[in-house]
Amino acid sequence: MIPFSIQPGTFALSLATWGLPFDASVHGPAVDRHLLLNLWIILGLAALAHLILLVGLIARRRAEATSWRVEYLPLAALALLFAFLTVRAERLWAAARYTGADPAALQVQVVGEQFAWYFRYPGADYTFGITRPQLVDAGAGNPLGIDPADGHGTDDIVTSELVLPADRQVDLRINSLDVIHGFSVPEMRLKQNAVPGMTIHVHFTPKVPGTYAILCTQVCGLGHYRMNANLRVLPPNEFAAWLAAKQKAVQR
Amino acid sequence: MPTTITPTSTEPKPRRHLEDHDHGSGRRPPTDKRTGGGGDNDNWNDRPNGRRGPRERLVRYRMGIFFALASDLMFFVAIVSTFFVSQSTGHFDAYNNFVNEWSPTLIPPILWLNTAVLILSSITMETARRRMFHEVDVMDEWLGLGKPITRAAIPWVAATVVLGIVFLVGQWIAWTQLAVQHVFFLSNPSSHFFYLITGVHGIHLILGIFSLIAALAGLYVSRSLETRQIMVDCAAWYWHSMGIFWLFLFTLLVFFQ
Amino acid sequence: MISPLRRYLFSTDHRVIGIQYLVLALVSVTIGTLLSLLMRIHLVWPDRIVPFHGPILPEDYLALVTIHGTIMLFFVLTTAPQSGFGNLILPAQIGAHRMAFPVANAVSFWLTAAALVILLSSTFVPGGSAISGWMAYPPFSAVASAGPGQGAGMDMWLGSIAVFAIAGTIGAINTLVTIIKLRCEGMTWDRIPLTVWGWFTAALLSIIAFSVLLAALLLLFCDRHAGTSFFIPTGDLVSGVIHAASHPGNGSPLLWLHLFWFFGHPEVYIAILPGLGLTSMLLANFSRRRVFAYRMMIVTTLLIGFLGILLWGHHMFVAGLNPYAASAFAVSTMAIAIPASAKVLSWLVTVWRSRPRYTTAMLFSLGFVSLFITGGLTGPVLAQPILDEYLHNTFFVVAHFHLIMAMAGIFGLFAATYYWFPLMTASSGKSGRMMSERLGRLHFWATIAGAYATFLPMHLTGLMGEPRHYAQLIGVPNAAGHLLAGTLPLNRFITWSAIFLATAQLLFFANLIHSLFRGKPAPPNPWQATTLEWHPALHPNAPAKAAEERIVVYRQPCEYQSTAGEELILPQWSTDAIPNIKPE
Repeated sequence: MIPFSIQPGTFALSLATWGLPFDASVHGPAVDRHLLLNLWIILGLAALAHLILLVGLIARRRAEATSWRVEYLPLAALALLFAFLTVRAERLWAAARYTGADPAALQVQVVGEQFAWYFRYPGADYTFGITRPQLVDAGAGNPLGIDPADGHGTDDIVTSELVLPADRQVDLRINSLDVIHGFSVPEMRLKQNAVPGMTIHVHFTPKVPGTYAILCTQVCGLGHYRMNANLRVLPPNEFAAWLAAKQKAVQR
Repeated sequence: MPTTITPTSTEPKPRRHLEDHDHGSGRRPPTDKRTGGGGDNDNWNDRPNGRRGPRERLVRYRMGIFFALASDLMFFVAIVSTFFVSQSTGHFDAYNNFVNEWSPTLIPPILWLNTAVLILSSITMETARRRMFHEVDVMDEWLGLGKPITRAAIPWVAATVVLGIVFLVGQWIAWTQLAVQHVFFLSNPSSHFFYLITGVHGIHLILGIFSLIAALAGLYVSRSLETRQIMVDCAAWYWHSMGIFWLFLFTLLVFFQ
Repeated sequence: MISPLRRYLFSTDHRVIGIQYLVLALVSVTIGTLLSLLMRIHLVWPDRIVPFHGPILPEDYLALVTIHGTIMLFFVLTTAPQSGFGNLILPAQIGAHRMAFPVANAVSFWLTAAALVILLSSTFVPGGSAISGWMAYPPFSAVASAGPGQGAGMDMWLGSIAVFAIAGTIGAINTLVTIIKLRCEGMTWDRIPLTVWGWFTAALLSIIAFSVLLAALLLLFCDRHAGTSFFIPTGDLVSGVIHAASHPGNGSPLLWLHLFWFFGHPEVYIAILPGLGLTSMLLANFSRRRVFAYRMMIVTTLLIGFLGILLWGHHMFVAGLNPYAASAFAVSTMAIAIPASAKVLSWLVTVWRSRPRYTTAMLFSLGFVSLFITGGLTGPVLAQPILDEYLHNTFFVVAHFHLIMAMAGIFGLFAATYYWFPLMTASSGKSGRMMSERLGRLHFWATIAGAYATFLPMHLTGLMGEPRHYAQLIGVPNAAGHLLAGTLPLNRFITWSAIFLATAQLLFFANLIHSLFRGKPAPPNPWQATTLEWHPALHPNAPAKAAEERIVVYRQPCEYQSTAGEELILPQWSTDAIPNIKPE
């Protein structure tokens, strides 16, 4: 079963989860729980506030309320609520971003350019080859400008779809060749801008095998809306087979 | 047919001389020492508009200049923060070495002279400004007994204009000296900033010189003592601020590259 | 005998300048709305051909987005509340007869008008308008070859916004000196109406923010034309050309984001602060109640202004910012929810059990409260970086700022128009006119229904993952295409609602034009207001001699008194109470 995002017919079901697409990552469910908590709380607060407004407008005229309790107690309660939500959110953020990836994580480089995503695997030597912008030539099969003089680059695998094994942490190093792009995988609850001149690392662990959408979320030009790619998550043995096939193809 | 053409005025228009006294503001003297009667701070603001003390208009214009300078300060703050960020950015080259391309631009020594000239010009400007408010002379001028403060201030304002132009010429010489050493705007990041900072400051100073010239013109032409005081005062505060900004920027260029 | 040119066109009278700003804003909002309609229609019916133009291509769509955002935020939401109504009403509300620097006032208007002309002209240059959004992130905005419209169109965008920044600064200086120095007798800081506090804080923010924008624009201009690399990194490869050769130095695109958002966040507070103040005053006026916790409302206004300078990083949580910095910005962003909630609570308490008069201005103020609540509550969600990671640059964000800034801001402007129309249309010797209440009520209900119908579903499409700035949702390949296609039913509903919302504004135009010529003549103080702009000597139809009259203020605004079943109002300027009888 390929868990695409919202399918027709599942819309009614998904309203309970506010339209959130399928969650395929390890850290995702906790984020979803926190997001849904937030959404239900603000829905409740909005309804409550409007109810107070309407009741106040309809009720018969009376002398004004003058107690400070009317203002400061609700305010204190809201402050506590926001503090609670912030602390919970910070825990999740710290878990996702404060520390780097596991040293045993799979290394993949993500490169965005107008208007495509490329993905590079380091190959058998576990080292990425040097790239130079002068050598970029997609037509000749070198879209990332890998330097042939560098030994480490000869076994690098460059693809235009991201293939990952399930249940293994992956460390993505995100680059851009030209302008700022936004690397976003909604079903992995992952987003990070690709900024030229910077290498930004994010890490996550995919859980459910399937095909997912990778989108660009920072306006980058004409092709921004079709700058997307597929993320394919495979069971570990299938991934190993895929990787081996790719490595053999590169060596030939 | 009679062809007489009636002249429109029967007297030739008199040429205006410096000594033509105006009659001040026609209200109370500009050095009025009466209190507002409200205790601390004299409660001047709590009076009808137009009766808020001898410095009503002056204070408004000063406040306007203050906010304009505050805004200008933010402009320079933005550029200076870019300066610091640029100093520390680098990139990883193909061999994973961190390369920082900031090679400091050695400032031409003439900049020290220019700084001294600018400080001197602030001194002359402040002298002019204080002359404008020297009470005994203000009273004389207000009463129409000649124009002592205007006469006193004009040479000092003119001196400031001259010193300001000397500063700008000195900055231009500094630019040509750098150009001789083949350090142009585009040469490297630090030269970007050298030219940008000195250029932006220079443009502000040119605007300052225009305001000084306007103040000089006002000293000759304006018929209101209060207006003359305001023009010189506001030009002076702007000029001093540009001097202080320059001291700060100069320190950055010399010591913080 | 002043020539009509001098009197109406280059006037230094603050009322005329205020009307000029409002006309400029009205023209801008009309253009901006039409652009947004084109965007919405294209998204759900991409084959539709625009008359005289042809199909909307991706570059057209992105140009529409860019100009829509720029026009609405700068030329509508910054000019109309602050410079339009500010010029019109501010002097009177503090008891002054003019602004502090009338000539500078006129200069700032004409600079704003020039900025608008430059922006609109960018459509006609080769390449068309800029397509990098109102945020203009480099290197996309720094390299002309990065897309159509990024050449001359981008330069004109830069020029327009630079001129606007200068105009905004001059206007802010004028506002500040006027409020600080031109208040009348008795008008102490805690008696100033909250609307004036809103203008004051917005002006302070303008002083600080616009210069930073100007500096950023200057640096971007140098990158584009002077060969520098403030924002362009080494080895940037755009459209096959490596930038490094002619542009030495390693720039940082992130630097632009910092500079821009340092301006950009205070900018949105500048847009909403006058509306916040006005809402308090109007709710109190029509409920015949004091503003609950007046001093605290002053403090919250200043606090929102001050905190607004400290939280620009929340636009950059996933932009490459250090995660610790992101946490710091998250805390400061969450903190601003407190003064904002305090304001909402004050409004709720002010109208509680007050049986208000439901004039159109009151309805729009209540609508403002509703939209501020709904739009504001999604703020804390976006303030949490882990949640913003998912929601950044999706339509959830679009829904948030459209509800809390665009719709609430527009409701504030509508309320102000209906409320102050008698003053806008009064002139020496002639009384003003009232706008039609019937048309106004219809306008209100249609607009609020349309606003919620248009923007509430955007929360859902954003949660489904729909990104911003997408020129097309149909026909996109891969899994992404499925995701986008799933949002289409909601998007169609949004487009129909947007068409309805835009059409409903015709009621406003009809009301405006009808009331200008056939509106009911207004009594001197039709709303039984207590603030000074309704003082007989400050009224636009006051005789010239009234300028000499001594104006003294005795109390805070919105003071009411009820004795023995009779309700009295205590205007700020009078020593006695007057009966609060609804005029016919």
